[in-house]
Amino acid sequence: MANVKRSPWILHYDGSSCNGCDIEVLASMTPVYDAERLGVENTGDPMQADIFLITGGINSQTAPVVKQLYDQMPRPKVVVAVGICACTGGVFKDAYNIRGGADTVIPVDIYVPGCAARPQAIIDGIIRARELFQKRSEEHDALMKEKKRERRQA
Amino acid sequence: MTTGVRVVLVVLYVLLAPLIGALLAGIDRKISARMQRRVGPPVLQPMYDVIKLLKKQVIAVDRSQGFLIVSYMILTIITGCLFFAGVDVLMVFFIMSTSSVFLYLAAVVTGSPMSTMGALRELVQDMAIEPALLFSAVGFYLATGSFEVESIIGEPVSAIAKMPGFFAAFIFVLTIKMRKSPFDTAQSTHAHQELVKGITTEMGAKNLAYFEITEWYETVLMLAVVAMYIINSHPTSIIVAVAVILIVYFLEILIDNTCARVKWKDMLILSWIVTLICAGVNLILLMVI
Repeated sequence: MANVKRSPWILHYDGSSCNGCDIEVLASMTPVYDAERLGVENTGDPMQADIFLITGGINSQTAPVVKQLYDQMPRPKVVVAVGICACTGGVFKDAYNIRGGADTVIPVDIYVPGCAARPQAIIDGIIRARELFQKRSEEHDALMKEKKRERRQA
Repeated sequence: MTTGVRVVLVVLYVLLAPLIGALLAGIDRKISARMQRRVGPPVLQPMYDVIKLLKKQVIAVDRSQGFLIVSYMILTIITGCLFFAGVDVLMVFFIMSTSSVFLYLAAVVTGSPMSTMGALRELVQDMAIEPALLFSAVGFYLATGSFEVESIIGEPVSAIAKMPGFFAAFIFVLTIKMRKSPFDTAQSTHAHQELVKGITTEMGAKNLAYFEITEWYETVLMLAVVAMYIINSHPTSIIVAVAVILIVYFLEILIDNTCARVKWKDMLILSWIVTLICAGVNLILLMVI
């Protein structure tokens, strides 16, 4: 059984963040925190990504973008909300343009709170996400096998 | 070389080249990481990546992309097989450029602007590489009197003794071929994301895995050409060739980590100037003497 969790590739998108969390996300990729030692690669391409890191609350303009990015990612995939704004809307929760956290548009699996979330917390979120990614991948494999069997019988 | 030896070499290439290529890529990432004072991914990371990619759901904008990528892979493998069967170098270089056309098509067929721009840059990269490759084929002929790989490595003196200029030009374009930093305009493995992922933007899952595997085959083939410069009829030259390959590979990693990307025009001009000066002067000397 192959260990897909060794290679979690990341797509990072800024919902409507103040850039604080984005800086921390990028910091966790730099040599100081070196997320690459876990096999993490910052792809910037939804077609190649496994983990969707989303920062900031969702507003009306970014909602369709976030949804599209999520749809473009091939299964299995995991979504991580980074920072309190992406989790719940944060201090902008009651603002007229903010819908709330990322889970108002797409299903979020892991919540990483903090304002801004610390790189250590983000890497911890990625580690939890890759465990989930492994689980989903096994489920996906089982589903594919079943589908293949059904097709063969038909 | 008897037919048996040739068959064994070709089979070994088909089976072992992806393993060697993946290991080299892993070592590359590890050394790069150590140069930046970080731990870096495990040496087997490229293999983990490809295994994961093979298991993911396939989303392709155009169904023909899969066929084109597989054609690219098969043609590259054929190129390597021809080389290890010891046939014509000129033929090997020609088929190699044919295979890269399939990569171009696989990227363009999706219609994505990032992918198309990456593909156009890939063509420019091929234009930058091609003169040096063809020059070195001509150089091999002038130095040894044959285009055949078998007779080139059967000479009593290494080819590099007569063609150091060609070797320098070849090493220069090797940086472009291996997608290393100053010249990684078409596709980059690092976080230089000016074109999302360049030529591989619209490739996901299986298709990207095939692309990676082809890269490994190609790396091994290009390093084998480096070895062709060194190997002569003496068996110990093979050990020297392996040492030279490792030095060249380390040099590429060093260049990759110390240079910022240049514009495609600078790449084209620079590579042609280096080819003309190094290989051209060497060519004139070989023809006069």
